[in-house]
Amino acid sequence: MFRIGHLILLSVGTQLPFDRLVRTVDDWAIATGRSDVVAQIGPSTYAPRSLKAFPFLAPEAFRELQLNATIMISHAGMGSILTALEYGKPIIIMPRDHSRGEHRNGHQLATAERFKAVPGIYVASDELGLVEHLTRLAELTGSARLPPHAPASFTDRLRDFISRP
Amino acid sequence: MPDKAPATMTAPRLLLVASAGGHWVQLSRLAAAFEGFDAQYVTTLKGARAPCGWRPVAVVRDGSQTDPLALLIMFAQLLFIVLKFRPSTIVTTGAAPGVFAVRLGKLLGARTVWIDSIANSEKLSLSGRLVRKHVDLCLTQWPHLTDAYPDVQCFGSVI
Repeated sequence: MFRIGHLILLSVGTQLPFDRLVRTVDDWAIATGRSDVVAQIGPSTYAPRSLKAFPFLAPEAFRELQLNATIMISHAGMGSILTALEYGKPIIIMPRDHSRGEHRNGHQLATAERFKAVPGIYVASDELGLVEHLTRLAELTGSARLPPHAPASFTDRLRDFISRP
Repeated sequence: MPDKAPATMTAPRLLLVASAGGHWVQLSRLAAAFEGFDAQYVTTLKGARAPCGWRPVAVVRDGSQTDPLALLIMFAQLLFIVLKFRPSTIVTTGAAPGVFAVRLGKLLGARTVWIDSIANSEKLSLSGRLVRKHVDLCLTQWPHLTDAYPDVQCFGSVI
Protein backbone atom coordinates (compact mmCIF):
# COMPACT_ATOMS: atom_id res chain seq x y z
CA MET A 1 0.00 0.00 0.00
CA PHE A 2 2.81 2.43 0.91
CA ARG A 3 5.64 0.81 -1.02
CA ILE A 4 7.17 3.93 -2.48
CA GLY A 5 10.74 5.11 -2.81
CA HIS A 6 10.69 7.64 -0.02
CA LEU A 7 8.50 7.52 3.03
CA ILE A 8 8.29 9.98 5.88
CA LEU A 9 6.36 8.68 8.86
CA LEU A 10 4.84 11.11 11.37
CA SER A 11 3.38 9.73 14.61
CA VAL A 12 2.02 11.27 17.79
CA GLY A 13 0.98 8.24 19.85
CA THR A 14 -2.56 7.06 20.45
CA GLN A 15 -3.58 8.86 23.65
CA LEU A 16 -3.39 12.60 23.10
CA PRO A 17 -3.71 15.11 20.24
CA PHE A 18 -0.62 16.99 19.09
CA ASP A 19 -1.94 19.55 16.59
CA ARG A 20 1.16 21.77 16.77
CA LEU A 21 3.32 18.96 15.37
CA VAL A 22 0.80 17.72 12.80
CA ARG A 23 0.09 21.24 11.49
CA THR A 24 3.78 22.15 11.16
CA VAL A 25 4.56 19.00 9.17
CA ASP A 26 1.44 19.46 7.03
CA ASP A 27 2.32 23.13 6.27
CA TRP A 28 5.86 22.06 5.33
CA ALA A 29 4.58 19.26 3.09
CA ILE A 30 2.25 21.68 1.30
CA ALA A 31 4.95 24.35 0.91
CA THR A 32 7.46 21.87 -0.50
CA GLY A 33 4.95 19.79 -2.49
CA ARG A 34 5.72 16.53 -0.69
CA SER A 35 3.20 13.75 -1.06
CA ASP A 36 5.21 11.01 0.69
CA VAL A 37 4.27 11.73 4.30
CA VAL A 38 2.11 9.20 6.14
CA ALA A 39 0.82 10.33 9.51
CA GLN A 40 -0.63 8.57 12.54
CA ILE A 41 -2.27 11.52 14.27
CA GLY A 42 -4.26 9.94 17.13
CA PRO A 43 -7.05 12.19 18.44
CA SER A 44 -5.50 15.38 16.95
CA THR A 45 -8.23 17.79 15.84
CA TYR A 46 -6.26 19.51 13.07
CA ALA A 47 -7.25 18.01 9.70
CA PRO A 48 -4.17 17.61 7.48
CA ARG A 49 -4.51 18.71 3.86
CA SER A 50 -1.40 17.07 2.45
CA LEU A 51 -0.49 14.23 4.81
CA LYS A 52 -1.97 10.76 4.37
CA ALA A 53 -3.39 10.79 7.86
CA PHE A 54 -4.87 8.02 10.02
CA PRO A 55 -6.04 8.43 13.62
CA PHE A 56 -4.83 4.94 14.51
CA LEU A 57 -3.04 2.15 12.70
CA ALA A 58 -3.07 -1.53 13.62
CA PRO A 59 0.25 -2.57 15.23
CA GLU A 60 1.32 -4.72 12.26
CA ALA A 61 0.54 -1.99 9.68
CA PHE A 62 2.30 0.60 11.82
CA ARG A 63 5.36 -1.63 12.19
CA GLU A 64 5.46 -2.09 8.42
CA LEU A 65 5.46 1.69 7.95
CA GLN A 66 8.21 2.10 10.52
CA LEU A 67 10.30 -0.54 8.73
CA ASN A 68 9.81 1.19 5.38
CA ALA A 69 10.22 4.77 6.59
CA THR A 70 13.28 6.70 5.47
CA ILE A 71 12.68 9.32 8.18
CA MET A 72 10.51 9.24 11.29
CA ILE A 73 9.02 12.35 12.89
CA SER A 74 7.28 12.05 16.24
CA HIS A 75 6.46 13.40 19.66
CA ALA A 76 9.14 12.59 22.25
CA GLY A 77 7.50 9.26 23.10
CA MET A 78 9.68 6.27 23.95
CA GLY A 79 7.84 3.90 21.58
CA SER A 80 8.87 5.90 18.52
CA ILE A 81 12.35 6.67 19.85
CA LEU A 82 13.18 3.05 20.74
CA THR A 83 11.75 1.75 17.45
CA ALA A 84 13.79 4.30 15.44
CA LEU A 85 16.94 3.19 17.29
CA GLU A 86 16.10 -0.51 16.73
CA TYR A 87 15.51 0.01 13.02
CA GLY A 88 18.42 2.44 12.59
CA LYS A 89 16.14 5.18 11.25
CA PRO A 90 16.81 8.88 11.70
CA ILE A 91 14.08 10.42 13.87
CA ILE A 92 13.08 14.03 14.50
CA ILE A 93 11.36 14.42 17.85
CA MET A 94 9.40 17.42 19.09
CA PRO A 95 8.48 17.13 22.78
CA ARG A 96 4.94 17.78 23.95
CA ASP A 97 4.81 20.90 26.09
CA HIS A 98 2.61 20.41 29.17
CA SER A 99 2.37 24.19 29.68
CA ARG A 100 0.36 24.23 26.41
CA GLY A 101 -1.79 21.31 27.60
CA GLU A 102 -0.11 18.84 25.24
CA HIS A 103 0.60 16.34 28.03
CA ARG A 104 -0.08 15.79 31.69
CA ASN A 105 3.49 16.60 32.74
CA GLY A 106 6.85 17.66 31.36
CA HIS A 107 8.50 14.27 30.95
CA GLN A 108 8.76 14.60 27.15
CA LEU A 109 10.88 17.74 27.57
CA ALA A 110 13.19 15.72 29.85
CA THR A 111 13.27 12.85 27.33
CA ALA A 112 14.22 15.23 24.50
CA GLU A 113 16.99 16.68 26.66
CA ARG A 114 18.32 13.20 27.58
CA PHE A 115 18.29 11.85 24.04
CA LYS A 116 19.44 14.90 22.06
CA ALA A 117 23.07 13.72 22.03
CA VAL A 118 22.20 10.23 20.73
CA PRO A 119 23.22 9.70 17.07
CA GLY A 120 20.20 9.45 14.80
CA ILE A 121 17.95 11.48 17.11
CA TYR A 122 17.25 15.07 16.07
CA VAL A 123 15.47 17.17 18.66
CA ALA A 124 13.23 20.06 17.63
CA SER A 125 12.33 22.12 20.67
CA ASP A 126 9.63 23.98 18.72
CA GLU A 127 8.05 24.43 15.27
CA LEU A 128 10.98 26.53 14.00
CA GLY A 129 13.47 23.87 15.01
CA LEU A 130 11.30 21.25 13.34
CA VAL A 131 11.23 23.16 10.04
CA GLU A 132 15.02 23.60 10.26
CA HIS A 133 15.46 19.82 10.48
CA LEU A 134 12.91 19.27 7.70
CA THR A 135 14.72 21.60 5.29
CA ARG A 136 17.89 19.50 5.55
CA LEU A 137 16.13 16.16 5.59
CA ALA A 138 18.53 14.50 3.15
CA GLU A 139 21.42 15.06 5.57
CA LEU A 140 19.80 13.26 8.50
CA THR A 141 21.26 9.83 9.17
CA GLY A 142 20.15 6.98 11.41
CA SER A 143 22.09 5.42 14.27
CA ALA A 144 23.73 2.01 14.22
CA ARG A 145 20.86 -0.40 14.91
CA LEU A 146 20.18 -1.08 18.54
CA PRO A 147 19.69 -4.81 19.34
CA PRO A 148 15.95 -5.54 19.81
CA HIS A 149 16.43 -6.62 23.41
CA ALA A 150 17.60 -5.08 26.67
CA PRO A 151 21.16 -5.81 27.86
CA ALA A 152 21.52 -9.29 29.38
CA SER A 153 22.77 -7.67 32.60
CA PHE A 154 19.21 -6.31 33.06
CA THR A 155 17.18 -9.34 31.93
CA ASP A 156 19.39 -11.83 33.84
CA ARG A 157 18.85 -9.98 37.13
CA LEU A 158 15.12 -9.67 36.43
CA ARG A 159 14.91 -13.38 35.57
CA ASP A 160 16.74 -14.22 38.81
CA PHE A 161 14.21 -12.24 40.82
CA ILE A 162 11.28 -13.91 39.07
CA SER A 163 12.74 -17.43 39.43
CA ARG A 164 13.58 -17.03 43.10
CA PRO A 165 11.08 -18.97 45.21
CA MET B 1 12.42 -36.11 51.42
CA PRO B 2 8.97 -34.99 50.29
CA ASP B 3 7.81 -36.90 47.23
CA LYS B 4 6.22 -33.79 45.78
CA ALA B 5 7.94 -30.50 45.09
CA PRO B 6 6.78 -27.84 47.54
CA ALA B 7 4.39 -25.27 46.15
CA THR B 8 7.09 -22.61 46.06
CA MET B 9 9.04 -24.67 43.51
CA THR B 10 6.33 -24.59 40.84
CA ALA B 11 7.14 -22.57 37.72
CA PRO B 12 6.09 -18.94 37.93
CA ARG B 13 2.96 -17.89 36.07
CA LEU B 14 3.76 -14.46 34.73
CA LEU B 15 1.30 -11.68 34.02
CA LEU B 16 3.14 -9.09 31.92
CA VAL B 17 1.35 -5.74 31.60
CA ALA B 18 2.04 -2.59 29.56
CA SER B 19 0.04 0.17 27.88
CA ALA B 20 0.48 0.36 24.11
CA GLY B 21 3.34 2.47 22.78
CA GLY B 22 6.53 3.10 24.70
CA HIS B 23 5.55 1.03 27.72
CA TRP B 24 4.87 -1.96 25.47
CA VAL B 25 8.12 -1.53 23.50
CA GLN B 26 10.07 -1.49 26.76
CA LEU B 27 8.31 -4.60 28.10
CA SER B 28 8.96 -6.34 24.77
CA ARG B 29 12.68 -5.63 25.08
CA LEU B 30 12.72 -7.57 28.37
CA ALA B 31 11.33 -10.83 26.93
CA ALA B 32 14.57 -12.74 27.63
CA ALA B 33 13.72 -12.52 31.34
CA PHE B 34 10.38 -14.31 30.78
CA GLU B 35 11.15 -16.95 28.16
CA GLY B 36 10.25 -20.52 29.15
CA PHE B 37 7.71 -19.43 31.78
CA ASP B 38 3.95 -19.51 31.35
CA ALA B 39 3.42 -15.88 30.36
CA GLN B 40 0.24 -13.90 29.72
CA TYR B 41 0.81 -10.47 28.17
CA VAL B 42 -1.73 -7.65 28.55
CA THR B 43 -1.81 -4.36 26.62
CA THR B 44 -4.29 -1.68 25.51
CA LEU B 45 -4.25 -1.96 21.70
CA LYS B 46 -5.61 -4.85 19.64
CA GLY B 47 -3.27 -6.65 17.28
CA ALA B 48 -0.01 -6.84 19.26
CA ARG B 49 1.95 -10.09 19.12
CA ALA B 50 3.26 -11.65 22.32
CA PRO B 51 7.06 -11.21 22.49
CA CYS B 52 7.32 -14.67 24.09
CA GLY B 53 5.12 -17.62 25.03
CA TRP B 54 2.09 -19.09 23.27
CA ARG B 55 -0.75 -17.16 24.87
CA PRO B 56 -2.43 -14.49 22.72
CA VAL B 57 -2.08 -10.97 24.13
CA ALA B 58 -5.07 -9.89 26.24
CA VAL B 59 -6.41 -6.41 25.54
CA VAL B 60 -7.90 -3.99 28.07
CA ARG B 61 -9.38 -0.53 27.61
CA ASP B 62 -6.83 2.29 27.49
CA GLY B 63 -7.20 5.15 29.94
CA SER B 64 -5.53 7.70 32.15
CA GLN B 65 -6.49 9.75 35.18
CA THR B 66 -8.36 12.17 32.90
CA ASP B 67 -10.89 9.48 31.89
CA PRO B 68 -12.40 7.82 34.99
CA LEU B 69 -14.94 5.71 33.06
CA ALA B 70 -12.24 4.19 30.89
CA LEU B 71 -10.23 3.48 34.05
CA LEU B 72 -13.20 1.73 35.62
CA ILE B 73 -13.64 -0.51 32.58
CA MET B 74 -9.91 -1.19 32.49
CA PHE B 75 -9.97 -2.12 36.20
CA ALA B 76 -12.83 -4.57 35.70
CA GLN B 77 -11.08 -6.20 32.75
CA LEU B 78 -7.84 -6.58 34.72
CA LEU B 79 -9.72 -8.00 37.69
CA PHE B 80 -11.19 -10.64 35.38
CA ILE B 81 -7.80 -11.46 33.86
CA VAL B 82 -6.05 -11.70 37.23
CA LEU B 83 -8.78 -13.93 38.70
CA LYS B 84 -8.78 -16.18 35.64
CA PHE B 85 -5.02 -16.49 35.10
CA ARG B 86 -3.98 -16.47 38.77
CA PRO B 87 -0.45 -15.18 38.18
CA SER B 88 2.25 -15.95 40.72
CA THR B 89 4.23 -12.93 39.54
CA ILE B 90 3.20 -9.69 37.83
CA VAL B 91 5.68 -7.53 35.95
CA THR B 92 4.71 -4.18 34.45
CA THR B 93 6.37 -1.24 32.70
CA GLY B 94 3.25 0.91 33.28
CA ALA B 95 1.23 2.87 33.01
CA ALA B 96 -2.38 2.85 34.38
CA PRO B 97 -3.10 -0.87 33.66
CA GLY B 98 0.16 -1.72 35.42
CA VAL B 99 -0.92 0.18 38.53
CA PHE B 100 -4.19 -1.77 38.70
CA ALA B 101 -2.48 -5.09 37.91
CA VAL B 102 0.12 -4.86 40.67
CA ARG B 103 -2.39 -3.63 43.26
CA LEU B 104 -4.82 -6.44 42.40
CA GLY B 105 -1.99 -8.95 42.24
CA LYS B 106 -0.77 -7.98 45.68
CA LEU B 107 -4.25 -8.58 47.14
CA LEU B 108 -4.21 -12.07 45.63
CA GLY B 109 -0.71 -12.87 46.88
CA ALA B 110 1.26 -12.49 43.66
CA ARG B 111 4.80 -11.17 43.60
CA THR B 112 4.90 -7.79 41.88
CA VAL B 113 7.52 -5.90 39.89
CA TRP B 114 7.21 -2.29 38.70
CA ILE B 115 9.67 -1.11 36.04
CA ASP B 116 9.43 2.65 35.60
CA SER B 117 9.67 3.93 32.02
CA ILE B 118 12.98 5.19 30.69
CA ALA B 119 11.03 8.35 29.84
CA ASN B 120 11.04 9.30 33.52
CA SER B 121 14.55 10.60 33.97
CA GLU B 122 13.91 13.44 36.41
CA LYS B 123 11.63 11.75 38.87
CA LEU B 124 9.69 8.53 39.13
CA SER B 125 6.45 8.55 37.11
CA LEU B 126 3.22 9.41 38.90
CA SER B 127 2.23 5.74 38.55
CA GLY B 128 5.58 4.62 39.92
CA ARG B 129 5.21 6.89 42.94
CA LEU B 130 1.71 5.47 43.51
CA VAL B 131 2.86 1.85 43.59
CA ARG B 132 6.45 1.86 44.83
CA LYS B 133 5.49 1.18 48.46
CA HIS B 134 3.22 -1.69 47.42
CA VAL B 135 5.41 -3.76 45.07
CA ASP B 136 8.08 -6.34 45.85
CA LEU B 137 10.56 -4.85 43.41
CA CYS B 138 10.51 -1.30 42.06
CA LEU B 139 13.01 -0.44 39.35
CA THR B 140 14.00 2.85 37.76
CA GLN B 141 16.10 2.91 34.59
CA TRP B 142 18.06 5.94 35.78
CA PRO B 143 20.73 5.19 38.44
CA HIS B 144 20.62 8.73 39.88
CA LEU B 145 16.95 8.29 40.84
CA THR B 146 17.77 5.53 43.37
CA ASP B 147 19.18 8.28 45.62
CA ALA B 148 15.81 10.04 45.71
CA TYR B 149 13.85 6.83 46.44
CA PRO B 150 15.61 4.44 48.86
CA ASP B 151 13.17 1.58 48.08
CA VAL B 152 13.80 1.82 44.33
CA GLN B 153 16.56 -0.12 42.59
CA CYS B 154 18.20 0.10 39.16
CA PHE B 155 19.14 -2.98 37.11
CA GLY B 156 20.16 -0.79 34.15
CA SER B 157 18.00 0.35 31.24
CA VAL B 158 16.24 -1.37 28.34
CA ILE B 159 18.69 0.19 25.84
